[in-house]
Amino acid sequence: MTAATSSTPSVSAKPAGEHLRFYAVWLIGVIVLIVLPLLFPSGGSLTTFSLIGIAIVFALSYNILLGQTGLLSFGHAVQYGLGGFAACHMMNAVVSHSLPIPLPFIPLFGGLGGLAFAIIIGWVMTKRAGTVFAMISLGIGELVASSSLILRSVFGGEAGITTDRTALPRMFGWTFGPQLQVYYLIAFWLVISAIAMYALTRTPLGRISNAVRDNPERVQFIGYDPHVVRYLAFCFAGFFAGIAGGLAAISFEIANSAYLGAIQSGLVLFATFIGGTAYFFGPILGAALVTYLQLGLTNVTSVWQLYFGIIFIGIVMFAPGGIAGILMMHRPLARAGTLWSVLPSYLVAIVPTAALVCGVILTIETIARYPGGESNPINLFGIAFNPTSPATWITAAVLLSGGFVVARLTWQRIAQAWDRAASAAREREDQA
Amino acid sequence: MLDLIVISTLNGVLFGMLLFLLSSGLTVIFSMMGVLNFAHASFYMLGAFFGFQLTKWIGFWPALVLAPLLVGAIGMAVERYGLRNTHRHGHVAELLLTFGLAFAIEEIVSMIWGRSPVDYRVPALLDFPAFTVFSTNYPAYKIFMLAVSIVIFVVLLIVLRRTRVGLIVQAALTHPHMVGHLGHNVGRVFMAVFGVGSALAGLAGVIAGPALVTQSDMAASLGPILFVVIVFGGLGSLPGAFIASLVIGLVQTFAVAINGSLASAFGPLDPAAGPSVLGDIWNVSVAQVAPIIPYLLLVVVLIVRPVGLMGTRES
Repeated sequence: MTAATSSTPSVSAKPAGEHLRFYAVWLIGVIVLIVLPLLFPSGGSLTTFSLIGIAIVFALSYNILLGQTGLLSFGHAVQYGLGGFAACHMMNAVVSHSLPIPLPFIPLFGGLGGLAFAIIIGWVMTKRAGTVFAMISLGIGELVASSSLILRSVFGGEAGITTDRTALPRMFGWTFGPQLQVYYLIAFWLVISAIAMYALTRTPLGRISNAVRDNPERVQFIGYDPHVVRYLAFCFAGFFAGIAGGLAAISFEIANSAYLGAIQSGLVLFATFIGGTAYFFGPILGAALVTYLQLGLTNVTSVWQLYFGIIFIGIVMFAPGGIAGILMMHRPLARAGTLWSVLPSYLVAIVPTAALVCGVILTIETIARYPGGESNPINLFGIAFNPTSPATWITAAVLLSGGFVVARLTWQRIAQAWDRAASAAREREDQA
Repeated sequence: MLDLIVISTLNGVLFGMLLFLLSSGLTVIFSMMGVLNFAHASFYMLGAFFGFQLTKWIGFWPALVLAPLLVGAIGMAVERYGLRNTHRHGHVAELLLTFGLAFAIEEIVSMIWGRSPVDYRVPALLDFPAFTVFSTNYPAYKIFMLAVSIVIFVVLLIVLRRTRVGLIVQAALTHPHMVGHLGHNVGRVFMAVFGVGSALAGLAGVIAGPALVTQSDMAASLGPILFVVIVFGGLGSLPGAFIASLVIGLVQTFAVAINGSLASAFGPLDPAAGPSVLGDIWNVSVAQVAPIIPYLLLVVVLIVRPVGLMGTRES
């Protein structure tokens, strides 16, 4: 992991302006959540926002492990899925025993479900960090996902467990039948969870987690046990993942074994890493982007998962800080006012890079649609390409190779311009 | 009963040897570079599909040689252009790169060959029963698979233990910097090892393809079991990987063959009348539990002996 620490300096040395700006950011976030459905009131966009909200809670919980504590988990969907099942069972229990628990409290039980599993299995799992933890999490994930099909009474076998969210006691007269009310419920929990998880990063536990991530040996020297710290982080992550699972159960009114599977674990890893693990807002960006792409690309192409894989590989290779890392790289330049000298090289790079991207898309789509023949043309920016004609293959090859050669040159120019701007920025800081 | 035991033992050893073909490459790569190659099972899948495609074009025997070479070349390219650049960002980034690669390879394979199993057949030359055990025919192809795996195993052993190259590889496993100081090109050694490891995985794919099912989810179903094998055997230990492969191969094969459950063993002592968790566990047959047995083993080993059977390294 990159050695970047969280974006905010220590709490004590903050001028009042910083405080104001910090609260303003959160307030703007809340206002955006409230206003969004008024701007986009259609059912489809509400569903999208709901899914993005769930994905953000899930990705933030994942980042407690990956970004904060340096634990790479390939089985985080287990806590998410168990949270979903716990929420479903709780909802059905509320209905059958007529308990006085309204729907907005249900995600809490999901969280407890995720937490319970983390408490039971976490101690063994977090004995070791790094690669071993990654493998164990993968094994445990497979174990739980396979078991869920065997233990039919709890997990409902292949079909899963269904529930009815409107049958629970009402709150403020809301039935939670319409998607709008569900959206506001998710938004409410998103704000609560995000604040709680941000607060967690500011506690001594959050700080010592960073230390365990960067240098576990020295943590032992100052008298902490890294194993205990990893275990606590794992439990917190499990709790918030469970909340996300509970929200998903409410949104879909079903919990099944797909919640627990490797695909779900992979997606949350993609979302978190693409967004950027070094900053708190990274996973928020990543989850929003990945969910949006997932919903958008499925209508356009049959091989959308491949694009995910390629984006992810590209991010890992060229920008391990993720999108947030790329954005925050510009902060020192913007402060010193040398950002303008970099922009021209960006503009030069846009065209060949776009050509390269088009070449990649065209190649993939040609291969994917070749068996379909002419009946399945590729529509790229309004231009129709026939996947069986040589003209398409040549275009793809030219865009791919030409784009790559030229784009590499322009990328080198960006790097040079960037170095110049960064050193200029440093000089100005030294003078100031 | 006896024929079941004989056949299951043969099949178990065979599956175990296949696992070893894969886990040996994986564990050598891991101990040299510290990279857990998530895409290793994907190389195995590529081997199977290349084998299938080349068999269609030029026949099985040339494919048996060509496909692993192709996969090895891909592995080398991955090391040279991917992992080498990612190395400076640390092991987690390398792990993530191979994870993304595994994901992408699975998508590419299903894009080209579809998601349903392809018709990859045993070559005609080996399509006859080798011998008969208690009225069960044992196919010659499986004997051939066993022979190939054992030959590879012996060759690997000789190369690693008895040649100069093996000496350098063994040294690079423990002291890569020292090997570099002695004037060996460690980068090239890594690339070669990665290539050979991938080629072995590809070879396992080519020979396993006709016997098992060749389809685009074969990597995802085998990958986790591979990791279980190398954790179980002890990270970075070849003998450990060998023992663990055989144990898991045998356990898996026997579990699938046993159709009993706790309920059938203890008959009328049924504790649960209605559906409950206990009832589920009581009534599930061993064959149904077979897929999760490796993971249960993994958990038990990690509780009892976190370094694995023959592991010495802490991380």
